[in-house]
Amino acid sequence: MRVVAAMSGGVDSAVAAARAAEAGHEVVGVHLALSRSRGGSAASPASGPARARGCCTVEDARDAARAADALGIPFYLWDLSERFQADVVDDFVSEYAAGRTPNPCVRCNERIKFSALLDKALALGFDAVCTGHYARVEPEGRFDSSRDDEPRLHRAADVAKDQSYVLAVLSPDRLRHAMFPLGGTVKADVRAEAARRGLQVAAKPDSHDICFVPDGGTRAWLAERIGRRPGTVLDDAGAVVGSHDGAYGYTVGQRHGLRLGVPASDGRPRYVLAVEPASNTVVVGPREALAIRTVVGRGPTWCGPVPSVGAGLGVQVRAHGSESPAVVTAVSTQAVEVRLDEPLGGVAAGQTLVLYEGTRVVGSATIESTGR
Amino acid sequence: VSRSHRAAYLDHAATTPLRTAAYEALLAELGRHGNASSLHTAGRRARRVVEEAREAIAAAVGAGPSEVVLTGGGTEADNLAVKGLFWARQSDRPRPRVLVSAVEHHAVLDPADWLQAQCGAEVVRVPVDEVARVDVEALRSLVAQAPDDVAVVSVMWANNEVGTLQPVAEVVSALHGTGIPVHCDAVQAVGQVGVDFGASGLHAMTVSAHKVGGPVGAGALVARKGLDLTPVIHGGGQERGVRSGTLDVAAARAFAVAVTEAVEELPGSAKRLTELRNDLVSGVLAAVPDAVLRGDTDSAGRLPGNAHFTFPGCEGDSLLYLLDARGVECSTGSACQAGVPQPSHVLRSMGVREDDARGALRFSLGHTSTAGDVAALVDVIGSVVERARRAGLASRRAEAGRA
Repeated sequence: MRVVAAMSGGVDSAVAAARAAEAGHEVVGVHLALSRSRGGSAASPASGPARARGCCTVEDARDAARAADALGIPFYLWDLSERFQADVVDDFVSEYAAGRTPNPCVRCNERIKFSALLDKALALGFDAVCTGHYARVEPEGRFDSSRDDEPRLHRAADVAKDQSYVLAVLSPDRLRHAMFPLGGTVKADVRAEAARRGLQVAAKPDSHDICFVPDGGTRAWLAERIGRRPGTVLDDAGAVVGSHDGAYGYTVGQRHGLRLGVPASDGRPRYVLAVEPASNTVVVGPREALAIRTVVGRGPTWCGPVPSVGAGLGVQVRAHGSESPAVVTAVSTQAVEVRLDEPLGGVAAGQTLVLYEGTRVVGSATIESTGR
Repeated sequence: VSRSHRAAYLDHAATTPLRTAAYEALLAELGRHGNASSLHTAGRRARRVVEEAREAIAAAVGAGPSEVVLTGGGTEADNLAVKGLFWARQSDRPRPRVLVSAVEHHAVLDPADWLQAQCGAEVVRVPVDEVARVDVEALRSLVAQAPDDVAVVSVMWANNEVGTLQPVAEVVSALHGTGIPVHCDAVQAVGQVGVDFGASGLHAMTVSAHKVGGPVGAGALVARKGLDLTPVIHGGGQERGVRSGTLDVAAARAFAVAVTEAVEELPGSAKRLTELRNDLVSGVLAAVPDAVLRGDTDSAGRLPGNAHFTFPGCEGDSLLYLLDARGVECSTGSACQAGVPQPSHVLRSMGVREDDARGALRFSLGHTSTAGDVAALVDVIGSVVERARRAGLASRRAEAGRA
């Protein structure tokens, strides 16, 4: 089998590529150039924008290339920066501007790694794209499109590292060409294996946050792109308790960085309850006011049969959250609604709703709204 | 796909294999010691080797020995020419303008742009025509606007991407009598076409060792006697005081051996490469009828070893991968950092649309090229382009209907 190994420069994708090669596949390493690193116009090359951090830096490209060298596989740099800008970065900004909290990793998997990259790889004669994601496809490597044999996505063996949430958007025809060699392994073993294989990235720290935004600086980064939009912060009774420079800088469930001028009457911490872009208002209130029971997701994708109303499933509403039991209360081609067995706090529109049955991903949708 | 057979190396413009004689000279000198600036016996021996090398390099390009300033490569020589001449020309009055052809290598463009950002220079790119040949009339009128304001003019001898030979004599004659120094990056030209610095009327010219079969990391700025150059690298005052640093004796000798051999092989080698190149062009066009040969279609107007195409509907990186996997090594021709390959400024200056510029490939031949190398390319290019076309411009297409 001919496999493109997407190599970010991190330890996971390097070990994934190594395993694919060891399994006898013909593996070609590809590092995706996702941001323009050379300063744009020829008129001002010396004053180009600062290099993006994360998966697009020159160091990461070098680490990926060196890992490919160590594995003895060919290595190329493919430029998907325009697609990434349009489908991930611009989408991220416009989602925030609309008062939602997007998950750019979901978008990247949906539109870049398993769309632009996979389509290109298939056209060039490859059979699959291999990544270092922690998730399992079962059965793996079924490229023919017989329905009996459709692949399903499952949680990884290492539950703490499980990334099925950010891959749940993939339909079976995409999963057919996906290879996740780390799905059955725990992270610590991956690092040990990298060291054993002589990969320099064995001790490289994990990447966190968003690859195109400086560490922890999402609000400032967004402000540069959306601009200052001052507005008021209200409490749940409608009283003005503070001001903000842009409602897009707030996420439902957020507690820190609210800078409220008026203390809560009961002295207890307050949380963002709602972000209302139309009125440019942020609403804060006590923790218990965050609790919701129903979640509506739009644009569902199903990995297998569509669940029926009344089905009891597990749902996950944020990347690092835990799974909560719920019941499907409505389902159509446009939307899915679930009712949680127990209330849940801090569920933000724009995040992904993923439905599980056991370890299996049933489907996913983008959270549109929540209710009590 | 088999990788076992010898790859067809069609990227001599990037670097050409070290010539055997240069390799032997390099090894021999690496085994000896001595700083060419030292006064004792070992130093004198080293000095003699360097000076003999300087004489040979000078002879190969029609210059005098004292006109050869040895550098650490072509890029350094370009930097010394552009910055060194710009700064030296500010001594009597401000002369902000730097005129460079729009298709110069980054080693000329980027120092010029740096001068604009840091030293108050005003860089003007002289336009080129659709084959990348500089518009001498445009240059003439740019100079005529304010001749005293022009610090330096730089126009390359031959373009590194599309191989177009520039009208160097016309450029020199357009500047005649103005007192404006003219620099020429001749890195791609030396050893492929006749280059005579003395006869050219140029003030300064860049030469690189590894493009003629010498080692990487060696080059020279050939600069007329008495040309006022401000140093870029300061230190012990070697090389007329404009390029300090202990001389690389081994590299100088190997450079001299290589450039001497390359120039001695002319014009026979050029005729051989021209024939091979013409076979390559006709073979590629036969296999891919809608491929577009870029640069001068008249064989006499381009470097003998250069062929450059754009393949409509393809991306350069797809083509590069598919050819590499089939044992054919070439280049997209444009600068590609560890970051992102940019659409070539050369093709853009020629008026090539950005989408077309993305499907560019440069094939460049050199002293080790054979008919077998050309045949290897011609054998696979049809199926490679077909497949690359299927992959299309995947990286550009905006997401159509979002779910």
